Order: sequence, then C-alpha cells, then structure tokens
Amino acid sequence: MDRLAFDIAHMLAGGLVLVSFMMLYQDRLYALLNIFALHALVLAASVGWQAHMQDAPHLYVTAGIAFVFKGIVIPVALHRMIQRLGIHREVETVIGVGPTMLAGMGLVALSIAVMLQVTEGADPLAREDLAFALAVVLLGLLMMVTRRNAVSQVVGFMSLENGLVLAATGASGMPLVVEISVAFSILIAFIVIGIFLFRIRERFDTVDVSALDRHRGERQ
Amino acid sequence: MPELLTQFAQMALVLLLAPLLTGFVRKLKARLLRRRGPSVFQPYRDLLRLLRKEVVLAENASWLFRAAPYLIFATTWVAAALVPTFATGLLYSWSADLIAVIALLGSTRFLLALAGMDIGTSFGGIGSSREVMIASLAEPAMLLIAFTLALVAGSTQLSTVADFMNSPEVGLRVSVGMALIALVMVAIAENARIPVDNPATHLELTMVHEAMVLEYSGRHLAMIELASYLKLLLYVSLIACLFAPWGLAPPGASLTAFAWGAVAWFGKLAVAGTLLALFETAIAKMRVFRVPEFLGAALMLGLLATLLMFVSKSL
Repeated sequence: MDRLAFDIAHMLAGGLVLVSFMMLYQDRLYALLNIFALHALVLAASVGWQAHMQDAPHLYVTAGIAFVFKGIVIPVALHRMIQRLGIHREVETVIGVGPTMLAGMGLVALSIAVMLQVTEGADPLAREDLAFALAVVLLGLLMMVTRRNAVSQVVGFMSLENGLVLAATGASGMPLVVEISVAFSILIAFIVIGIFLFRIRERFDTVDVSALDRHRGERQ
Repeated sequence: MPELLTQFAQMALVLLLAPLLTGFVRKLKARLLRRRGPSVFQPYRDLLRLLRKEVVLAENASWLFRAAPYLIFATTWVAAALVPTFATGLLYSWSADLIAVIALLGSTRFLLALAGMDIGTSFGGIGSSREVMIASLAEPAMLLIAFTLALVAGSTQLSTVADFMNSPEVGLRVSVGMALIALVMVAIAENARIPVDNPATHLELTMVHEAMVLEYSGRHLAMIELASYLKLLLYVSLIACLFAPWGLAPPGASLTAFAWGAVAWFGKLAVAGTLLALFETAIAKMRVFRVPEFLGAALMLGLLATLLMFVSKSL
C-alpha cells in the first residue's frame, strides 16, 4: 500500500473522531444537526476512499447510503421535527463541556490502547479503522449519556451507528446485505424514535428525559 | 560569521517590523469597518511619544513594578530572535527549541501577572487572575502541540522541524492540521485578540491584558507595548516556520536566497495579518467565562493530535 493512500485513509478516519468531538462540544441543537450531517459526510468520504483502495465496489453503495440517508434525509427530518416540536434550541447537558471532553479523550485513549493490543498482526489500515471506530461508538454512547434532550440522544445514537459502519469497512468482509439491512433498521429506529418523541412531548410538554425519570418515581 | 550576521539581522528585523505588523492589522480592521483608521506607522509614533513622556509611578510601587517592563521586553525579544523567520542558520539555532520558546513566553506572563498585582489596585488583580486562568489552559495546549510536532519530526528544535516540514516525507497528516488549528487558537488567546480579549477596549468587564498594564505610563508602557507587538510577530513567525516553512534560506545560502527568504517572510506576515483582521472583524468577543471552553477545544485538539500521531506511528 502506498504511503499517501494510507495517509488519506488515516486523515478521514481521524477526521471522523474529530467530528464526534465537535458534536460533544456543541450546545445548540441546529448546530448539532449540521455537525451530524458533516459526520455522515466524512464517513461517506472515508468509506468511498476505502472502496477505491480495496477495489470493493459494494463499499461505494455503503458510502452512498451513508451520504443520502445520514447526510441528508435524517438531518433534514430532525430539523423539521425540532421546528414542529417547538422546543428550546439549547442542549441541556448533564455535566459541563469540559468534563465531557476529558471523558471523551479518556475513551479515545482507551479504545486505541485496547484495539492496538487486540488486533496485533492484522492489516494496519484495519487496525486503525477498528481503533477509531470503537472510539466513535464510545463517543456516541457518551453523548447519549451526557445529554438530557431526547433529540440530541437520537443524534448520539445515529453517530454511534456511523462508527459501526467504519468498523465494517475496515474489516473488509461485511456482506452488502448486512450493511443494507443495518442501514434500514437504523432508518426504522429513527422513525420509531421520532413517533416516540412526539408522544413524550404530548405527554410531558418537554423532551427532557429527566421528566421520564420523575414520572417513573425515580426522582422527586 | 554568517550565522552571527543572520542572527543580528533577524534581531533587528523583528524589532523593526513588529509595530508595522500591528499597525497593518489595525489599519485593515479600520478599513473593513469603513473607517479611515490611523496610518500603518502609527504604532512607531505611539512608541516614540511614550518614550518621551514622563513616568508616573504609584506611591507603593516596588522595584518589581519598575523592572518588569524591561524584563518582559528582553525576554520576548530573545524568544522572537530564536524563531527562524527568513533563514534557519541562526547563531543560536541549537537553543531555538519550541519548549524553550514556550518557557520564555511563560516567564513573561509570570512577570506581567506579578507586575499587575504589585500596586494592589483591583483592576490589576482582575487582569492578573484572568491572564493566569487563560494561561493555565493555553500552556498545556501549547505543550501538546509541541509533543505532536516532536512525534512528527522527531525533534522540538525549530529549524529541524522546519526542514522536516519542507521535505516530502511529511505526507498528509491529520495530526498536523489539528496542531495548526490548536496553535492558531492558542495564539489568538495569548495575544489577547478578539474572541478572547479585545486589545482596543478599556471596559472593565472584559479587559484582560489592558487591565494588567493600566498603571503603566511613559517608557515602561512603551516597553510593554513593544513587547506585545513583538509577541504577535513571534506567534505569526512561529506558525509560519512550523507549518509553512517555504522559502526559508538554509544555512550558508547565497545572498539572493536570503533576500527571497525575507520576501517570503514578509508575504507570510501580510497574509497572516490580513487573515487576523478578517477573523477579528467577523467574530464577536466572547464572555470571559466561555474562554475556558474555547481553549479547552484547543487543548482537546492538541491531545487528539498527539493520540492520532501515536496511532499512526505505532502501526
């Protein structure tokens, strides 16, 4: 593999981790959605480049799915949803941005340390992709944990799935059928979550999930 | 011998050009706001005027208050003289280490914060405490940038890093880009430019750098002002030397190479000044309490760059 091709793949995968951090940093919902669209765009570019490098045409389909669904359809739908819900544009976080960032750095270090140990002897590109993919997944989970607003939790969930796609691309063995079915199950999950959001809003007049905790009697 | 000459030329050039760069940025900002603005040579006139004026000292000012301006100026000048601007073969190239430059700038900040608190006015205290808060985030970010560059180039010596960045070996690295963005953010914070601090205001709610130097007058103020001009020039030269080292004359080059190096440097200064003016006009000053978030992002970029570099090195 020549050096430049590897560098570009490294840059795109690293960029995906960076965009995950940008999502953690945002405190406005619309800005968060734009960054999420950017996340999908970087993912599509990364997958597309790997398709070119591995000479695997089915990965182009994956890149196309990522671009169309996650880069365009879902952000636009979420934009509309926020307008219809008429909710606060600010994201309510459970803990501050600083500690979240530090926790995120810890997670990235952890996933790199774990993955580089586990995958010793594998193809360098796959090793790196797996390390970054685990980081993106963990950052998505972190985002779901640290946000109170249900919409930003949805965004965290979707970015987590982007990490899975990156891992599947690097492993270069995932059949197209699995990839497409994952993409569609995400879409269906998105629809279900969307309906669910409107139900929460109808019931509690807010999409702050701490209202659910109160309803269940877990917090006074 | 040529090293000695280059070193002296550099020391003279940074001192002569520093006020011009600040004047250029001010003029451009004024033009962007559709004002006429003072001439680009106004900072020189300001300095001359301040040097001629009498010094007014507070009654309880100690020796530290009087000595600090000269120490700050001297330390900043040394730091600015170490950064390769138009040629790499400087006499003190062996000591021109990124960490040494950071340490020199750190000591100027220490002196300035002490001088701000020396008289015991409340503004000086506010300024010092804010400056130190900003520094406590900017310095680790700066050190992480140094680590990233050390991992990339295998050295923290500025001329070695510049040589490496000029060679085709460097390739395309996302870490270097992140380090560049982080360094620009740190430079904005360190030079008290707009999103962090407004250099042109005396509004007590927002000022940081100006609050510390509020009690200074006459030649002391001239020294501090000149040091802050030098610091801006130093950061621009540092960024140019680390990330755009094109045109730097190698040691023992011909006179034309030196001339081209100087022309390239002037070009880089002009580009950086233009970008700074555009950025400052386009953005609003942020609240002091949001500064930690801004610098936290720089710190995070530095840390991420180091981690990514570590991954690609260990593969």
